[in-house]
Amino acid sequence: MFGNILIWFVVIPVIMMAGLGLCRNSSMNAIRAVMVVCSTVLLGLSIWLCVDFLRLREMGVSDEMLYTGSWMWYAPLNIHLAVGVDGISVLMLLLSSVIVFAGTFASWKISPLPKNFFLWFALLSTGVFGFFISIDIFTMFMFYEVALIPMYLLIGVWGTGRKEYSAMKLTLMLMGGSAFLMLGLLGIYWHSAPEGGQLTWNILEISRNASIAPEWQNMLFCFTFVGFGVLGAMFPFHTWSPDGHACAPTAVSMLHAGVLMKLGGYGCFRIAIYLLPQAANELAWIFIVLTGVSIVYGAFSACVQTDLKYINAYSSVSHCGMVLFAILMLNTTAMTGAILQMLSHGLMTALFFALIGMIYGRTHTRDIRQMGGLMKIMPYLGVCYMIAGFASLGLPGLSGFVAEMTIFFGSFQNADLFHRIFVIAATCSIVITAVYILRVVGKLLLGPVQDEHHLQLTDATWFERLSTVTLILCIAGIGCFPNWINETIQHSFAPIMAAIQSAAL
Amino acid sequence: MDYSQFGSMIPELIVLGIFMLVFLFDTFSNEKGKKILTPLTTILFALGTVAIWIVPASGEMVFGGMYINDTATNALKAILNVGVFIVFLQSSKWVESDEVAIRKGEFYELILVTLFGMYLMVSARHFLLFIIGLESASLPLAALVAFNKKHYESHEAAIKYIMTAVFSSAVLLAGLSFVYAFSGGSLYFDDIAITIGQGGMSGLLIIALAFVLAGIGFKLSLVPFHLWTADVYQGAPTAITSYLSVISKGAAAFAFFVIFVQCFGAVYSDAWEWMLYGVIILTITVGNLFAVRQKNMKRFMAFSSVSQAGYIMLGAMAADGLGLAGMMFYIFVYVVSNLGAFAVISTIEENTGKLDMDDYNGLHKTNPWLSFAMTLAMFSLAGIPPFAGFFSKILIFTSVTGSGSWALYMLVLIALINTIISLYYYLLVVKAMWISSEEPKIGSFSSACSNRVALWLCIAGIVFFGLVPYIYQYCYDAVRDSLAFLLIF
Repeated sequence: MFGNILIWFVVIPVIMMAGLGLCRNSSMNAIRAVMVVCSTVLLGLSIWLCVDFLRLREMGVSDEMLYTGSWMWYAPLNIHLAVGVDGISVLMLLLSSVIVFAGTFASWKISPLPKNFFLWFALLSTGVFGFFISIDIFTMFMFYEVALIPMYLLIGVWGTGRKEYSAMKLTLMLMGGSAFLMLGLLGIYWHSAPEGGQLTWNILEISRNASIAPEWQNMLFCFTFVGFGVLGAMFPFHTWSPDGHACAPTAVSMLHAGVLMKLGGYGCFRIAIYLLPQAANELAWIFIVLTGVSIVYGAFSACVQTDLKYINAYSSVSHCGMVLFAILMLNTTAMTGAILQMLSHGLMTALFFALIGMIYGRTHTRDIRQMGGLMKIMPYLGVCYMIAGFASLGLPGLSGFVAEMTIFFGSFQNADLFHRIFVIAATCSIVITAVYILRVVGKLLLGPVQDEHHLQLTDATWFERLSTVTLILCIAGIGCFPNWINETIQHSFAPIMAAIQSAAL
Repeated sequence: MDYSQFGSMIPELIVLGIFMLVFLFDTFSNEKGKKILTPLTTILFALGTVAIWIVPASGEMVFGGMYINDTATNALKAILNVGVFIVFLQSSKWVESDEVAIRKGEFYELILVTLFGMYLMVSARHFLLFIIGLESASLPLAALVAFNKKHYESHEAAIKYIMTAVFSSAVLLAGLSFVYAFSGGSLYFDDIAITIGQGGMSGLLIIALAFVLAGIGFKLSLVPFHLWTADVYQGAPTAITSYLSVISKGAAAFAFFVIFVQCFGAVYSDAWEWMLYGVIILTITVGNLFAVRQKNMKRFMAFSSVSQAGYIMLGAMAADGLGLAGMMFYIFVYVVSNLGAFAVISTIEENTGKLDMDDYNGLHKTNPWLSFAMTLAMFSLAGIPPFAGFFSKILIFTSVTGSGSWALYMLVLIALINTIISLYYYLLVVKAMWISSEEPKIGSFSSACSNRVALWLCIAGIVFFGLVPYIYQYCYDAVRDSLAFLLIF
C-alpha cells in the first residue's frame, strides 16, 4: 500500500499532525520546523509526481488514470480506498502543495495556540490531498468532509471580526451542500452497475458501466452539482464565501479560496459531468444561468465593497463561477480553460489573501478608505499586490490571461443563441474586474498617505517574501509557459468528452 | 426438562455468574473487603466481555424456540458489554463518594440485572420471554435513577421513569394481546410471522402494530413517546444517564428490529413502514430542534440522544441484513461517542459540580485534554469524518437507500438535512470550549485514573473504528451468519 506514491500525499500530512502532536505548545521553533519540513517534502513530492507523470505520458502510457491502486475497505458495500491521478489531479496536487507551502510561511507568527492551529491546518490539507488522489466516490466524499470541518475551528478561534457567526455560517452551508452531495452519491452507488452486477463506488468502473437510467441521472445531477456548487460558491449558494473569507486567518483564506473552492469545480467535473453525462447535456443550461449570474454578480459586488477581504472574496465568487461556467460548456477547449482558471485563481487569490493578511498585520485595518499610498511605505508588498491585481484582470504574461482567453474561446464554440448571450455577459465581467482591481490599486497603493501612523510601517520580512515569491513565480510560470500545462492535461478530457458525446446520441 | 439447553445461554450465564459473585461478595465481605468491590466487578466484567467476544454463539434455538443465541445477538451483547464496561470505569469514582459508597454493591447488582434483562430482550423469540426481559431491564433502572437519595430531582426522575415504563409496558401488552388474538393463540415469533404471512392485513393488525410500536418506542424514546427523556436524564445520576442513553437504547433498538422484521415483516410495506417513516422523521427533527435550545448538558445530551435514536431506527427502515449490520455498527459507534461525551460531563461534574453549557466557556485554557476529547465526541456524534460517527451514519444511509424507492431517498435527505441542525448544536459545545473569549469558570483539575481510562477507550473507539472497518465487518458477518434464523421474508 505504501509503495504507491499517491498514498504519501495523505500520509505526510498525517505524519505532520503526529509531529505537531509531539511538539509543545510553547516551542514555536519546533512547530515551525515540522511544518516547513513536511510542506517542503509535499511540494517536492508533487513536483516529482508531475515530472514523472509527464515522463510516463511521453513514453506513451495512455491509461486514463496513472499510479492507480485500490485497497478494500468496507467489503460488504464494496468500498475501496482507491487512488489514481490524471493530468488534472496532478496539477491540483501541485497547486495544493504550493499553497500549503506558502500558507505555512504566511502564518509564521500565528497566535494563540500555534500548535492547535497547525494541527487543524494539517487536517485540512489531508482532506484536500486525499480528495484529489481518490477515485472512489466514498473516499472522495470522506476527504471532502475532512477538509470542511477544520474550517470551523480555524475561523472561529484564529479569525477576526464576526468570526463566530461566519464560522458557523460557512460550516453549516457547506455541510448543507454536502448533504445534497451525499444523497447524489448514494444514488450513483445504487445504480452503478447493471441489474445484478457488482455495485461499485469506483469512478472508472461506474463510468464504464454507464448504467444509470436517464430519469435518475437528471435527479442525481442536480444533487451532485448543487452539492459541489455550494463549495464552488455558485449563486445563490455563495453567501458563506464573503463572510467566511473575511473572517478567516490568512493561511486559511489562502488554502480555502485557493484550493478548497477548487474541490467544488473538480468535483462537478469528475463526478457530476463525467458520471452523469446525459443529464449534463440536458440540464447544463440551468447551471449555466446560475454560474453566469455568479460571474457578473460577484464582479459587481466586488466593485462596491470597501473591505479588502470582501473585495477579494466577491472576486473569487466571480472567478470560481467562471470555472463552473466553463466546465458546463462541455467542450475540450473550455474545460482546459476551466482547469487553467482553477490553477490561476488558486494561486492569485492565495497571493491576494497573503498580501491582505500582511497589510492588515501592519495597518490593523482592511478598509481601503483608511489607507493610501502604501506603495511608498512598503514597496515590496505594493508591487506584489499590483502583480496579483494584474493577474486577476487578465494581463498577458500572467496566468489570468491564459485561463480566461481559453475559457472564452472554448465557450464561443457553442453557437446557439442561449450560449452566446451568456458567454458575452460573462466576457463583460473582465471589464468589471478591471474596475474593481484598479479602484483598489489606486486607493490603496497610490495617492496620498491617509494615515501618518502608516509612515512608520516596515516592508515584508523574509518569510513573507518567501511566501509571496513562490506564488508569483507560479503565476508568471503559468502565464508564460501555458503549453506545459496543456500537455499535462490534454489526455484527461478524452474519456469525459467521449462520455458526453455518446450520451448525446 | 433438558438442562443442557442452558449451555447455549453463555452470555446470560456469564452476566448472571458475575452478578452472583458480586452479590455474595457484597453481602459477606467486611468494610475492608468492600474496598476492592469496584475493581473486582470491573475486572470480572472485562473478563466476561472478552469471553462473550471470543466464545462463538451456538446458533441454536432452545426452550422450544423461545430463546436463541446466534451470532447477531451475541455480537450485539458484546457491543453492549463494551458500553457497560466503560460505564463501570467512568462511574468508579462516583461510587466511592460518601453518599453512594455504602450502596455501591447495589449499583453494580442492579446494572447487571438490567443487563441480563436486556440480553433476554435481544435473544427472545417468544413474546413472553421478551416481556420478562423488558421488565427486568426497566424496573431496576428506576431504582438506579433514584440512586441519589438526597436529591429530589433524582426521585422525581425515578417516578417519571417508572410511570412511563409501566405505562409503556401496559400499551405493549395490550398490543401483544391483539397479536395473540390474531395469531390464533401463539406468541412465538415464528408462528406469528406465518399467520401474518397467510392472513395479510387487517384493522386489528394495524392497531396491534401501533401499540407495539408505541410500547417499544417509549423505551427508545422515539417521538412522540419521548417526553420522559429529558427530565429523567437530567435527574438521574450521570453514570445512570449514560447507561440509560446508550445501553438500554441499543438493546431496545435491536429488539425492535427483530420483532418488526421477523414477526411483522410480511406486512412491512402495508402497515408499519409508513408508521416508522413518520416516527423517524419526527424523532430526528424534534430531538434536534429541542436540543438546540438546551443549556444544561444532561438535557442537551437527552435530546441529542432522542435524535440519535431516530438515526438508529433507520436501520429498521431498511429491514434487511445490511440495515441490521448498519444498525449494530451505529449502536457501537453511538456507545463510544456518547459515553465519551458523558465521560467528560461526569468528570467535570464530579470535580466541580458544574453542568451548564455556559460553564464550559473557555474550557480549553484550563483543561485542554478534556476539551479535546469532548470535541472529538461531538464531531463523532455529528458525523464528521474521519471519526467513527461519519462512517456509521453513511453506512446506515446507504442501507436505507438500497431499496431504491423515492420515499426512502427523501427520508435520507431529511435525515441528512437534520445532521446539519445537529452539527449546529454540537458545534455550540465546541464553540463554548474553544472560541468563547470568557474567562474559564472551571479550574484545572486532574481527573481520576479510571475516568481517564474510560475516556481513552472512547477516543480510541471514535478514532479507530471508523477508519478500521473491523467492527462493521464483525457486525456484518454476524448478521450474515444468522440471517437464516432472523429473516423470514
